[in-house]
Amino acid sequence: MSRVDVKKRFAPIQGEAAQRAEEKKTDGIPTIYIVMSTCGLASGAAETKQAFEQELALKSIEARIVSVGCLGHCYAEPLVIIDHPASGFPPICYYQINESRVRTLVKSYLELGDPVLKYVLGAMEANDLLPTVMDFPRFNLEQRLVMEQCGRIDPDDIYQYIAEGGYSGLVKALGSDPEEVISEIETSGLRGRGGAGFPTGRKWRIARDVETDGRIVICNADEGDPGAYMDRTILESNPHQLLEGLAICAYGVGADKAIIYVRAEYPLAVKTMKQAIQSGKELTLLGTSILGTSFTLDVSVFQGSGAFVCGEETALIQSIEGRRGMPQHRPPYPVEKGLWGRSTIVNNVKTLSSVPSIIEKGAEWFRAIGTASSPGTAIFSVVGNVKHPGLVEIAMGTSLRTLIFDVCGGIPKKKGFKAVQIGGPSGGCLPESFLDTPIDFDSLTEAGAMMGSGGMVVMDEDSCMVDVARYFLDFTQKESCGKCTFCRIGTRHLLNILDRITKGEGQEEDLELLQTLSEDIKNGSLCGLGKTAPNPVLTSLKYFFEEYEAHVKEKRCPALKCRPLTAYYIDLEKCARGCDVCVGCCPVEAIFTTTGRKKAIDQELCVKCGECMVVCPPEYDAVEKVSPPELAPIIERVPEEKSASN
Amino acid sequence: MINLIVDDKEIKVEEGKTVLQACLENGIFIPNMCFIKTREHPHASCRLCFVEIDGLDRPVTSCTEEVREGLLVKTDTPAVRRLQRMGFKLLMSAHHRDPKECPVKGSCQLIRIAKHLKVGLKSRPLELLERDVDEEVDLTFFTYYPFRCVLCGKCVYICRQRNGQNLLTFTNRGFDTMIAFFGSGDPADLSCHHCLACANVCPTGALVLKPEYSEAAGSEDSSKVRMLVE
Repeated sequence: MSRVDVKKRFAPIQGEAAQRAEEKKTDGIPTIYIVMSTCGLASGAAETKQAFEQELALKSIEARIVSVGCLGHCYAEPLVIIDHPASGFPPICYYQINESRVRTLVKSYLELGDPVLKYVLGAMEANDLLPTVMDFPRFNLEQRLVMEQCGRIDPDDIYQYIAEGGYSGLVKALGSDPEEVISEIETSGLRGRGGAGFPTGRKWRIARDVETDGRIVICNADEGDPGAYMDRTILESNPHQLLEGLAICAYGVGADKAIIYVRAEYPLAVKTMKQAIQSGKELTLLGTSILGTSFTLDVSVFQGSGAFVCGEETALIQSIEGRRGMPQHRPPYPVEKGLWGRSTIVNNVKTLSSVPSIIEKGAEWFRAIGTASSPGTAIFSVVGNVKHPGLVEIAMGTSLRTLIFDVCGGIPKKKGFKAVQIGGPSGGCLPESFLDTPIDFDSLTEAGAMMGSGGMVVMDEDSCMVDVARYFLDFTQKESCGKCTFCRIGTRHLLNILDRITKGEGQEEDLELLQTLSEDIKNGSLCGLGKTAPNPVLTSLKYFFEEYEAHVKEKRCPALKCRPLTAYYIDLEKCARGCDVCVGCCPVEAIFTTTGRKKAIDQELCVKCGECMVVCPPEYDAVEKVSPPELAPIIERVPEEKSASN
Repeated sequence: MINLIVDDKEIKVEEGKTVLQACLENGIFIPNMCFIKTREHPHASCRLCFVEIDGLDRPVTSCTEEVREGLLVKTDTPAVRRLQRMGFKLLMSAHHRDPKECPVKGSCQLIRIAKHLKVGLKSRPLELLERDVDEEVDLTFFTYYPFRCVLCGKCVYICRQRNGQNLLTFTNRGFDTMIAFFGSGDPADLSCHHCLACANVCPTGALVLKPEYSEAAGSEDSSKVRMLVE
């Protein structure tokens, strides 16, 4: 089938999409877009939607309610965008819209035309009346390529994606030779977004050239890093972009089967993906004889059971084959011999989602974004101590400082920056001196962290780096598949040592052992999980050694985080006579009245929950936290009988 | 035949063999726990058979390296020994020794490795790890001793080879990983007590046939299994 024919087949579909979009624009009915991805739902988007439905029915106002995916602005959920053409205002984005705000919005804006400025985050389009969201750094410093349509289109409506130019990349690819598709991706310099940054084009080339009885494309959506949710958001917000990328890849390498490996803990992503595959098939954009060509692609969703290690490609393949998810020695690489013995191309969600626009707009366009060795954008889920957490897509090469301080608003509560953990449990903790490191595959690896799949945890001065390392090791040692010696037993030892140190039971030899053992686990483990598991320990030892020393030598936690190494006490100078808020909140009745009618803490009973510090009125601010615990002055409790008899 | 040089000694082996096989066949011992001669794709889990190969910047497991003409292999460099000793100590920190009760008669592979690496059988400076499981676990036909097991996976492999299905397999994750029995239905329909391949292949005596089955057992010659794997 010639190029013209594919375009001809696609033209009516595109026409239908354009017509549907046009109808919406011109019928004058307001449209309410509600962010209904998992994060939105968690912050109450379902209740918001229900409230809108009830309010509209009650007031007999005609309006369309559209569920959209995630915009990435988690701090502002539930987000609602209202397009009310009759009001004269552009579409407006509202933040934190709970049920009572819904009532206000329906009444004031939809009924009376007043856009309720206090709930406005910004207008979605340039206009003369309201500031736009693009005026905020959180929006305008981002460069959205993969997430451009996330939160703006209904993921369950394929026509909305097509109306925004969707599937044109596939049409273009089908009109050219598979060889051209691969060279375009090679020229673009796209690197795998799963973590390691392997050149995508090269992987596809190997798959195309290898001798095999059939090729399979797998989209790895087994996102498992704690605090990372980029892939889930893309699956839930713009599934068709991924499917288009998947189809282009399959066409390029010559695969007739594609599997999307999603963890079962992402039920909405699974549902959205299945629905998207179905609608893609209905329009012959997927399935048998795509757009009338001889190219056929069977796409299915495989639900993983949530083992972190199944994100490793060989373990993922084992798991699809029905075996225990245990990594295998490579070579052979999956691309040579993978699922059911066939050549298997495993690509991350973000990698495949980058593909359609590269094919459509060309490799040169893509290369112009980002850096020479890491072109394109990076998507991070920035969490932890930042003002505006959420999903951020920025051009590669942006510095960590820009990302954390400009895009995400910096550290809240006027606290100081301490470290940023990049790359999840496999990544490392970088201190302040690395803030000007550009975000790209090579610079981050050089610094001792890694790009990973995009998890980023920002930590303020109150974070204890030993405790952070302990947290990540606790995760990896639980998630180790148990196959190889170094990972199975070595990470358990690392955890035990870190545990000891945070309890103040660490010895000086432990620090040396931590270092040696970490290096050996890195060099000795079978798969990527084990090889990278010690990274949080190695980087924190390297950049925050004095914290380890304080724990071990002085039994002191400089960040006042490790409970066994801290104590609370009440400063009698500051404590107010007669005030007893702390007494009521203490869960273990450790706070008693001193002879001077002030309050003191019984260190024997205290569980160090810190509640008393929270409730002590700011004008007294009498509760102090110290480390080591010996710094807390001991105040004897007045014997009960004695005070009673007096 | 392929020629390669191991520790300055020239050896010849057939094409397609791994460096580990080449060395073992030529009387050069390299520590190993999970290696099975007949296994097509190496399990590569024990992480003891490290060697240095000229041109590679760090030690690699010899069970995963195919021989090539003129390969220069070193089996006892400081980097190799460091990894092997740590690997061995890690195993020993989870393997609770009890010489009186140990059913391994004759040559114990762990002792052989300890001697080869010139280290003791203790895990120092690593602590002896405890785990929250019973010392003896009932696996229908066998008693499984998690504190002896080094999870080399030989039993799981041999069971699948013999029976076409995994009656034995791994269970749990991380340090809690163990061997479990997944034979379903009536034990009377299974003939594990006649096969015994798993118990015979176990290098640490972690799988022991239960006394009530031992009378009926013994039809299989354990030396056959030994030959298959060594």
